[in-house]
Amino acid sequence: MPLENKEFKPKIVAFCCNWCSYAGADLAGSSRLTYPADVKIIRVPCSCRVNPMFILRAFEKGADGVIMCGCHPGDCHYSTGNYYARRRMTLLFSMLDYIGVENGRTRVEWVSAAEGVKFSETMNSFVEKIYSLGENVRLGDLRCKS
Amino acid sequence: MQELINRAKELLADGTVARVLGWKAGDLPYNPEPAYFETEEDLKDFVYNGFCGANLSKYMIEASKLEGKTMVCLKPCDTYSFNQLIKEHRVDREKAYIVGVGCKGKLDIERIRKQGVKGIERIEGAEITDDAETLKIQTIYGEKTIPYADAMLERCHVCKGKDHMIFDEQIGESKETKDAERFVEVERIEAMSPEEKFAYFRSELSKCIRCNACRNACPACSCRKCVFDSNKFDSSQKANVDSFEEKMFHIIRAFHVAGRCTDCGECSRVCPQGIPLHLFNRKFIKDIDELYGEYQAGADTDSTAPLTDYTFEDAEPSIVGKRG
Repeated sequence: MPLENKEFKPKIVAFCCNWCSYAGADLAGSSRLTYPADVKIIRVPCSCRVNPMFILRAFEKGADGVIMCGCHPGDCHYSTGNYYARRRMTLLFSMLDYIGVENGRTRVEWVSAAEGVKFSETMNSFVEKIYSLGENVRLGDLRCKS
Repeated sequence: MQELINRAKELLADGTVARVLGWKAGDLPYNPEPAYFETEEDLKDFVYNGFCGANLSKYMIEASKLEGKTMVCLKPCDTYSFNQLIKEHRVDREKAYIVGVGCKGKLDIERIRKQGVKGIERIEGAEITDDAETLKIQTIYGEKTIPYADAMLERCHVCKGKDHMIFDEQIGESKETKDAERFVEVERIEAMSPEEKFAYFRSELSKCIRCNACRNACPACSCRKCVFDSNKFDSSQKANVDSFEEKMFHIIRAFHVAGRCTDCGECSRVCPQGIPLHLFNRKFIKDIDELYGEYQAGADTDSTAPLTDYTFEDAEPSIVGKRG
């Protein structure tokens, strides 16, 4: 196949917790709010379920940005899950920054089930950020690139 | 050293312990290796000198399953690891007879070699009892001397102190060897641009041969089934991995011990490729200290580890971008 100048279409993975953010995404949909189709949502039982390895794996398999959404601190369905997730992700993002991955490629946002507007705004701004950062060339298995 | 051997003989003779966990002389003057001694006869190979850097606390996980007590020789920094293992119920305190051995900084043969010392035949001044501040090294090219401090392991320059955190008895004097700040190197990297950081870690980590020595030597890495042994994980075999998996391995390795790492420096000491692996662990320690309050893993056996704890006011992950 000849090399051609393809337009950059980012791949963005969003981990959304079942109880708040996934319902928030649902509300965004039923309220006819738009967010870019580049965002692929993965539903997890709780933001605490997101293993640091999930995030690294997503980058490995070609994601350009990873965002994690969960219930607001204090509102976790399992009471405390997102507090643990918050510490974990802070350390992981700090480490990614330390090895030279732009900090803008990772984000955590708390979105409740009633915040369809916030969900759509968050995704729009995140995708915009990834467009400005461009393709993720530092991380990722080269064999996964087309 | 003789005092230690005599005490070991006594303890073996009166049946207090069934075996002694220490170091035995290797075939070269600078490579003693961890070993079990079960009889007085075996103890003739026992050695304890400046090159006995291995942290023996991890061996107590297996020794705790054996019949009878084990006498284990722990240096001051090793006792932090032992405490951490007690906290995680990985070792049985009742099965260990801990002899806190003196330490005046452990030596790094690579640092000696880097100073142009080749063909080593004999090394004097590495005994713990020696007061001399220099090492006399007999080489095939003649005698060389280098200051003791210049031959020390990196971890000894940021020594945690000369006190044993846990012991049944102490033998020998210890000396605090701290002469540098712990986070200097981490701060140097943090100040780099993303491109420089990435280039730095790429060049360091590309040396990795995935021998798993860092994981196997680490006293905090004590899972019986390790995620990296899974055949679902490509980096379980070097032939399949690419440069990213190398990084992923090292990030995950450090992450799994975040908040539990006592900064004993074994990972960097055992790395056959000389990768400064402690820089990952120290970055986590530094972040934990800054964000969640100072914490030294292994200083006690009952505190809650930072990653299994939380407060309502914890920093949001977006702080990473704001700190710059």
